[in-house]
Amino acid sequence: MERLLQEDAIIIGRLNCDEFGMGSSNENSVHGKVLNAADESRVPGGSSGGSAVAVQANLCTVSLGTDTGGSVRQPAAFTGIVGIKPTYSRVSRWGLIAYASSFDTIGIFSREVSDNALVMEIIAGHDKQDSTASRKMVPAYSTLLHFEKRARVAYLKESIDSPALQPEIKENTLQVLEKLKAEGHTVEEVQFPLLKYVLPTYYILTTAEASSNLSRFDGVKYGYRSPHAHNLESMYKLTRSEGFGEEVKRRIMLGTFVLSASYYDAYFTKAQKVRKLIRDFTEDLLNKYDYIVLPTTPSTAFKFGEHSGDPVAMYLEDLFTVPASVSGVPAISIPNGKDAQGLPIGLQIMANAFKEAELYAFAAYVLKLNP
Amino acid sequence: MLDKSIKDTYELVIGLEVHAQLLTKSKMYTSDSTEYGNLPNTHISVITLGHPGTLPKVNKRAVEYAVKMGIACNSEITRRNIFARKNYFYPDLPKGYQITQDKGPICVGGVVPITLPDGTEKEVALTRIHMEEDAGKSMHLAGEVDTLVDFNRAGVPLIEIVSEPDMRSSEEAYAYLVEIKKLVRYLDICDGNMEEGSLRCDANISVRKRGESAYGKKVEVKNMNSFRNVARAIEHEFERQVLLAEAGVEIVSETRTFDATTGTTASMRTKEDLNDYRYFPEPDLSPVVISEEWLQSVRESMPPLPRFLYQKFMQTYQLPAYDAGVLTESKEIALYFEALCTHTQAYKGASNMVMGPVKSYLNELTLSIADFPIPVENLAKLVDLADTGKVSASVATQRLFPTMLARPEVDPLALAQELNLIQESDTASILPIVEEVVAAFPDKVAAYKGGKKGLLGMFMGEVMKRSKGKADPKVATQLLTEQLEK
Amino acid sequence: MKIDNSTIQKLAHLSRLEFDAQGVEKMKADLSQILDWMEQLNEVDTEGVEPLTTMSTEVNVLREDVLGEHLPHEDGLKNAPQRDSDYFRVPKVLE
Repeated sequence: MERLLQEDAIIIGRLNCDEFGMGSSNENSVHGKVLNAADESRVPGGSSGGSAVAVQANLCTVSLGTDTGGSVRQPAAFTGIVGIKPTYSRVSRWGLIAYASSFDTIGIFSREVSDNALVMEIIAGHDKQDSTASRKMVPAYSTLLHFEKRARVAYLKESIDSPALQPEIKENTLQVLEKLKAEGHTVEEVQFPLLKYVLPTYYILTTAEASSNLSRFDGVKYGYRSPHAHNLESMYKLTRSEGFGEEVKRRIMLGTFVLSASYYDAYFTKAQKVRKLIRDFTEDLLNKYDYIVLPTTPSTAFKFGEHSGDPVAMYLEDLFTVPASVSGVPAISIPNGKDAQGLPIGLQIMANAFKEAELYAFAAYVLKLNP
Repeated sequence: MLDKSIKDTYELVIGLEVHAQLLTKSKMYTSDSTEYGNLPNTHISVITLGHPGTLPKVNKRAVEYAVKMGIACNSEITRRNIFARKNYFYPDLPKGYQITQDKGPICVGGVVPITLPDGTEKEVALTRIHMEEDAGKSMHLAGEVDTLVDFNRAGVPLIEIVSEPDMRSSEEAYAYLVEIKKLVRYLDICDGNMEEGSLRCDANISVRKRGESAYGKKVEVKNMNSFRNVARAIEHEFERQVLLAEAGVEIVSETRTFDATTGTTASMRTKEDLNDYRYFPEPDLSPVVISEEWLQSVRESMPPLPRFLYQKFMQTYQLPAYDAGVLTESKEIALYFEALCTHTQAYKGASNMVMGPVKSYLNELTLSIADFPIPVENLAKLVDLADTGKVSASVATQRLFPTMLARPEVDPLALAQELNLIQESDTASILPIVEEVVAAFPDKVAAYKGGKKGLLGMFMGEVMKRSKGKADPKVATQLLTEQLEK
Repeated sequence: MKIDNSTIQKLAHLSRLEFDAQGVEKMKADLSQILDWMEQLNEVDTEGVEPLTTMSTEVNVLREDVLGEHLPHEDGLKNAPQRDSDYFRVPKVLE
């Protein structure tokens, strides 16, 4: 924010989101649901649904969100705009209310890729207050949007063949790949056998980190404290139980479980190992190929309440966005047409770590190729 | 009371966990002040209070202090360090977790040499030393319905030193704590003051029948605020556990608190015993890698260590163990002594001077050796003056030394001459006086020869009187004895 | 993974949450379902793989030991749900 203000950005306001960044639909908010401007009976996606809709509905030019497992890219796809999750540690996390510290990334929504790149140029880069922020130099992204080379593009077999994938999304994704082939780029199918394990890995690690990050909300130093407490223990329990929503409590309980002594190795350590495998695989792939292309989401915007009863079904919505989160590499979602009901479809492009410039350039190119 | 013969069939096994507050200016992961004794909640920042969106950042000096302790204890220094979160709820723990080190502590293993009161030397092995942050202070006051919380102390850097269960008596535990305190003060990394809380100790105590190799159930004892209380708590626990063992009652592995008034321990059995800290690697901190260059530069900045100086004082300066021990109690005194010895070779005399009048003076005025007024060269000259017999030892310490304190620049020889204190050591000039005295008291001489050797004192007094105090007592004694024995 | 009531109680206590009878039932069901789903990770061979403990590409991000800006006393206490002029106040632990 400080950097944007220094560059004379006009900050219009703050936006609604899923509580503590947990959720894929922006239904988990004490301030009420956020509605998708394309169809107000449907979710805009989450957790940064408010930020997405603000841009979608032209209330502002750009907005910021947090992408931990897809919370910028998924709403971008549902609302038909551009949303990027940069490389983990590219943007400082100072000031970002922590959900899952080794996944949280600030992302940007916009209608134009060029606007997105400009904002990234300003907010990215070293921050002495964040010990994990990268000290790598920040390229002038907005000046590097010209794309001229021959790209080597991979697409994941398991994503295209996924039974959960809405047919129209599959169709539109394959169409883009065909267009790229026609332009002379190398487009190849690769296998990613670990794809189905990315989600459980993600949820084990993020709920663990979140369960710890949210311990600070205890009614002692700031925030809500329950008026009904009569001793320390009840103060903690009532404050936190009254103060947190259902989804948050569920994730805290899960995180506490996977970190508990008897289960730590079976779940948490296991997930850390699988994360290493996923990251190494993704990096290798992105060394052989310049980009990975896949759908952003398995379906277009679903109706309110459609997934509220079934947590796992809700988690499965993140299937295609979490690979980039687990690996830490940058990924962008750009509009890729609409389905039969007029709901936006998103196309996701991934590049190797710290290659946001190449990513932006290619994304702008694909949008021109596929308006 | 427990019969000693029964107690002797048991072996006491003790391990100690010591927390030392590091003397850095700023806290472990934030830049607020570590200064002690200010108004509550004035040394705080948004990071210390755990405000959402805040992130920690490691204090470089704290890392170096931890490495110094590891080098001093001959531990292995871990080159790639990560931190961990220890999760639990308590009002003085603002984030709901403490950032510490779990697996991969910065120092692994190590040894602390200890000396027991009877002079026996032993080595206590260390398990590990790691870095962590202190919690704030919760005050539960009698008249209050609330607990009051002050976060000034929250985040102050600590090192936790964990020993192997190598100690076998409360004396060993006491000696270990004395050594730890000495080490941290030599290294200038900690005050080592248990009463003020800059050093804290928890004890893990168990018993087993002598000869058994398996360990008994260990009991953790907390809340001992002095070395002496640690020893008292250990003694009490030893008896308590042996009594239980003799009665066939199983010893419960638990945490107990020590009550200084009664000298006993009581169970702290609360739900916290079931605490699962759910340690996991701290995602908000990047690893700290100790390079060979960095390690070398820390090694080069190490002061000489107490054990090294102790050996050196005995070997190089030929001092007895007692002197070496006293002189190396504090680094400043030890280094002063070394400096003194570059100006005189009368090492024992120098030792007596430092252990005696110098230390008394400093203690009386609560000064440190840095504020000692007499320049080292002049003190050395005073030592030599006494050593060569030009003045007696008592004149040196009781007459010249005090005067030199007031006139630090004065040369001791000149002063002795000025005050007419140079003693007569020439046999030729003392002998006539001795002969005179012996001749003057024939009946006393007879009594002396008859067995009353104590009369030597009276004769010495006469000699000293007639020589106006100038006779060298050593020479006079020798001559007198010879004359009297004739 | 079947989750029972005592596990829910332990987890709730560790995370200082509490649930009514209905909440416990729902949490049991949810956690059991989610943990079952997570167990598919066992299908992955992780023999000899090092757990990933940090996503940071930096090392030795350290602070010099100098004092920084403090939070003024009043500001620090400003948001406290309960306080006096000097301290944060919380209910006492009940013995």
